[in-house]
Amino acid sequence: MSAPDFAIDVTGVTKRFGDKTVVEAIALQVRRGEIYGFLGPNGSGKTTFIRMLCGLLTPDAGAGTCLGYDVRTQQADIKRNVGYMTQKFSYYEDLSIRENLDFVARIYGIPDRRAAVQHSLDRLGLAKRSHQLAGQLSGGWKQRLALAACLLHAPRLLLLDEPTAGVDPKARREFWDEIHQLAADGLTVLITTHYMDEAERCHRLAYLAYGRLLAAGSLAEVLASAKLFTWSVAGPDLRTLAAVLHGRPGVEQVTAFGNTLHVSGRDTASLDATVAALREPRHDWKRIPAGLEDVFISLMDGAKDNYS
Amino acid sequence: MSGLSFHRLWAVVLKEFIQMKRDRVTFGMMVGIPLMQLMMFGFAINSDPRHLPAAVHLADNGPFARTLVQALRTSEYFRIIKETESEAETQRLLQVGEVQFVVNIPVDFTRRLLRGERPTVLIEADASDPAATGPALNAVTQLADHVFNRDLPSALAPLQAQDGPVDFRIHAHYNPENITQYNVVPGLMGVVLTMTMVVITALAITRERERGTMENLLSTPVRPFEVMAGKILPYIVVGYIQISLILVVAHFIFHIPMLGSLPLLYAVALLFIAANLAVGITFSTLAKNQLQAVQMAFFFFLPSILLSGFMFPFRGMPEWAQAIGSCLPITHFLRIVRGILLKGNGLSEIAPEIWPLLLFLALAMTIGLKRYRQTLD
Repeated sequence: MSAPDFAIDVTGVTKRFGDKTVVEAIALQVRRGEIYGFLGPNGSGKTTFIRMLCGLLTPDAGAGTCLGYDVRTQQADIKRNVGYMTQKFSYYEDLSIRENLDFVARIYGIPDRRAAVQHSLDRLGLAKRSHQLAGQLSGGWKQRLALAACLLHAPRLLLLDEPTAGVDPKARREFWDEIHQLAADGLTVLITTHYMDEAERCHRLAYLAYGRLLAAGSLAEVLASAKLFTWSVAGPDLRTLAAVLHGRPGVEQVTAFGNTLHVSGRDTASLDATVAALREPRHDWKRIPAGLEDVFISLMDGAKDNYS
Repeated sequence: MSGLSFHRLWAVVLKEFIQMKRDRVTFGMMVGIPLMQLMMFGFAINSDPRHLPAAVHLADNGPFARTLVQALRTSEYFRIIKETESEAETQRLLQVGEVQFVVNIPVDFTRRLLRGERPTVLIEADASDPAATGPALNAVTQLADHVFNRDLPSALAPLQAQDGPVDFRIHAHYNPENITQYNVVPGLMGVVLTMTMVVITALAITRERERGTMENLLSTPVRPFEVMAGKILPYIVVGYIQISLILVVAHFIFHIPMLGSLPLLYAVALLFIAANLAVGITFSTLAKNQLQAVQMAFFFFLPSILLSGFMFPFRGMPEWAQAIGSCLPITHFLRIVRGILLKGNGLSEIAPEIWPLLLFLALAMTIGLKRYRQTLD
């Protein structure tokens, strides 16, 4: 094992489909026991990258290790030690919960299968529903089943592709509590999401757009790296104000948040000058720290779309 | 809001057309299947089969015997592929199915004809498919009257009995009572297996991909080959259940004779089942969804029914249709099943039908597995 501190340690990972580069020279290091958030717009290459990590796809270029195994040559070892939860529910809808888990347990050749399945059912609170068909479950329960199934073989790394899409807030909260519990026990988790509140629950983050890694680090580091400055304004007639602000020097984003507008830009001098010029007593202007969403949108606008 | 709104109706119609256009395979099938049916029903199928292969067992080489052989040739019903003096060989040809008829011209044919003794010409027919032999046998009896009326010396004319100068005896082998079921019921075994094996495998694998469960499966340590073999094995069992079911019904309800070895039939059936499963796998790698998989299976199924000799006599079809038919596994399997059940064929007699099955299996497996691998990455 080259770098025992890292569960994932890859550089220059690239994947092309035809003449389209879907993932371009991504370098990523994820420490053991860390919850690593993977963010980015739809179609930014997150899923493709994850598929390369878990041995489903072979990278066209780049090298590295996943749990100390070479991502190009030791895919079989990786598959045995990684739990991968696909974006779409991908267990058998015409099998019951128990039958699904039993199937997975057999595939991995788990010793003492019955006990392992029962333990998994109990742990995730699926025991009472174990005879229900997976197809009849609601989104939250399907997600629990999927998590139970990919934890069954006691993986050392969990790859979760948008696990909480379409899941209600309470189930989402419970899911994240579970993830934190698992990480505390030493499991490494790489998770993709579109929810900013979920991003903030990760130890570290990476932001991907158009197949390239635009930012990576802790929440504070990512926020700082964007060098984005934001004003919040409250008061009457915000729609007119928003129209006026658009296109003014220094103004890059104008976003309505309920009864306030967030006005952001990277060029703080021009932005402040514009705000000073438009300032009226009936509006209440405040400097606020830039939000993660503002930062991501700023990063994305700044990146050249190399897909088009 | 009640009543028919044309703009709403039109919206749905337009959308359907757009979707139809997007689904190339479905669109291709909508054009391809009618064309295929036109070609097959229009040109290939013939309920009055001619040019059926026949062997002549010629014990007499006299001029009248020659005339009779010539007449058979010109009748268009018979294509004499062999003239032989060995009776054993004619029997073998009939048994293997290389010829449909054997015409036995006896030693004293010319002599007895000239004496007006109505010599007997025995025509042995492979009547396992009554539809194939019927028209030719009808034709042959009329044939002799014309031929010898013209050729016999007028002095002998009074000797011509009303029954005709030659006594044709027809011996319908394998199915003496011309019972259609004898031909159809064993044939159904091939049809049922083709239908279920191809469709079910194509669907089973396409469904796994369509629902996304294949991706999940492949992220586990399970190997692609294990997935494939694991999906196929249960259907082989299903295939054997179908065969057994058909055999039981054939025996107890239709009283189909079962002269040959059933273990041999079961053993050869494995080849046929595997060949169909391989076709199913290939389709599953080409189909984007389950609908397309079913359509492709139908595309394979249609010629399997029409050009294999199941519904219409194989030898009644033109050469090109026979060539297509010969590429289909069911054509050979039908001959094997009918051979074993009706003719009591053993391994040596069915061997000529086994190697095409093997060849097809090897080819379909190679394409199927190669395509299957490609869909993974």
